[in-house]
Amino acid sequence: MFDLSPAEWTAVLLSLRIALVATAFALPFGIAIGWLLARKKFWGKTLLDGLVYLPLVLPPVVTGYLLLISFGRKGPIGAFLADHFGIVFSFRWTGAALSCGIMGFPLMVRPIRLALEAIDRRLEEAAGTLGAGRFLVFLTITLPLALPGIIAGAVLCFARALGEFGATITFVSNIPGETQTISAAIYTLMQIPGGDAAAGRLVLFAIVLALAALVVSEWFARRAGMRVQGQ
Amino acid sequence: MIVLAVDAEKELGAFKLAVRFEAAGGVTALFGPSGAGKTTVVNMIAGLLPPDRGSIVLGDKVLFDAAAGINVPPHRRHIGYVFQEDRLFPHLSVRQNLDYGRRMSGRSRDADDFARIVALLDIGHLLERRPRLLSGGERQRVAVGRALLMRPGLLLLDEPLASLDAGRKREILPYLVRLRDDARVPMVYVSHSAGELRRIATKVVRLDAGRVVAAGGIELLDATAIDELE
Repeated sequence: MFDLSPAEWTAVLLSLRIALVATAFALPFGIAIGWLLARKKFWGKTLLDGLVYLPLVLPPVVTGYLLLISFGRKGPIGAFLADHFGIVFSFRWTGAALSCGIMGFPLMVRPIRLALEAIDRRLEEAAGTLGAGRFLVFLTITLPLALPGIIAGAVLCFARALGEFGATITFVSNIPGETQTISAAIYTLMQIPGGDAAAGRLVLFAIVLALAALVVSEWFARRAGMRVQGQ
Repeated sequence: MIVLAVDAEKELGAFKLAVRFEAAGGVTALFGPSGAGKTTVVNMIAGLLPPDRGSIVLGDKVLFDAAAGINVPPHRRHIGYVFQEDRLFPHLSVRQNLDYGRRMSGRSRDADDFARIVALLDIGHLLERRPRLLSGGERQRVAVGRALLMRPGLLLLDEPLASLDAGRKREILPYLVRLRDDARVPMVYVSHSAGELRRIATKVVRLDAGRVVAAGGIELLDATAIDELE
């Protein structure tokens, strides 16, 4: 159906892998931060709130630059992770996943936080009187009731990660097969003479991918919503 | 035999509560007008609200003692609580709601116990449904069953009929009377309706403005007609 060249397929599959890994790793943090912001009062909450939303308002190039100087090979965090755990971000697809995850994080946290705020705390109290400790209450009541919000957050993060461009290209450059996502590939193709046709194919594919993601997430969210409300 | 001994003080803004009473087996009614502090008392017994001073003892177990610094969390008190609103879990079926307490305590399935309580409350035909699809009376029966199936040492019922219309009240009361006569678990039953309590109570503790003003048999219900006052 899509007459993509092997190089173009590589970019598509790489984009999917990066977006999936970014979403999967961001999710536990998204739930934890969403829970902290929804339920807890603590010193520095406003600061945390602001930090979480920062990638949404900063120019992506700035986020990419900050990632480069902190998670790059010579950056303090990057050097530490490379020396002690062998985890390298710079100019690798893992670095692309990191930048995509961070760019998608604010979009993930918001619906999760709203869903947690909407939960009837009296149900958690009831679960407590039935013998469930705090962690079990969270697992069996809070988390399932917040599921529609968690799915919405994950989908938004995934979508953002799939299309991320500025922070990623600043942080890990544009290396075919390693860090060249769909967006970066389209950008590259547009720079070379005669690349328009290939760029057009990728653009078309990006549109189909985005639509498919929307339909699938809508279906999941509706099902989860119905489950939660007991329909 | 004394099952429950409460001696607790609590300040909530301008409202001052200081109660002292004991409950034996059977049904102890906490009776009084709205705002007397009845729900505050059961919340303290359940562990949802810590008293400022005093102690709460269930059987031979100290649940709360301000002086000794003891405050057993709700999930370790083994006290069933039927709330004014049913508080059933909307994402679980009736069967899963009923099973919740057993699962949380890690006990193995007891089909006899389950069947007995399902029959007692007549909810066998509802098991696979979601709470949303039940009537108010059915929901409250399931809530009673859910609290009973955790095998509580004490069952708290806070105005369990308050959210129901007159017809539904008549529908549920017989089940609660049956439960009392079954006599396996002592109950503390909160209500402001003397008529309701006449049917079910075995002992009455009258509360007013945060104090126990009288304690004794069900003849206390006749002394004042709070029903008519409201």
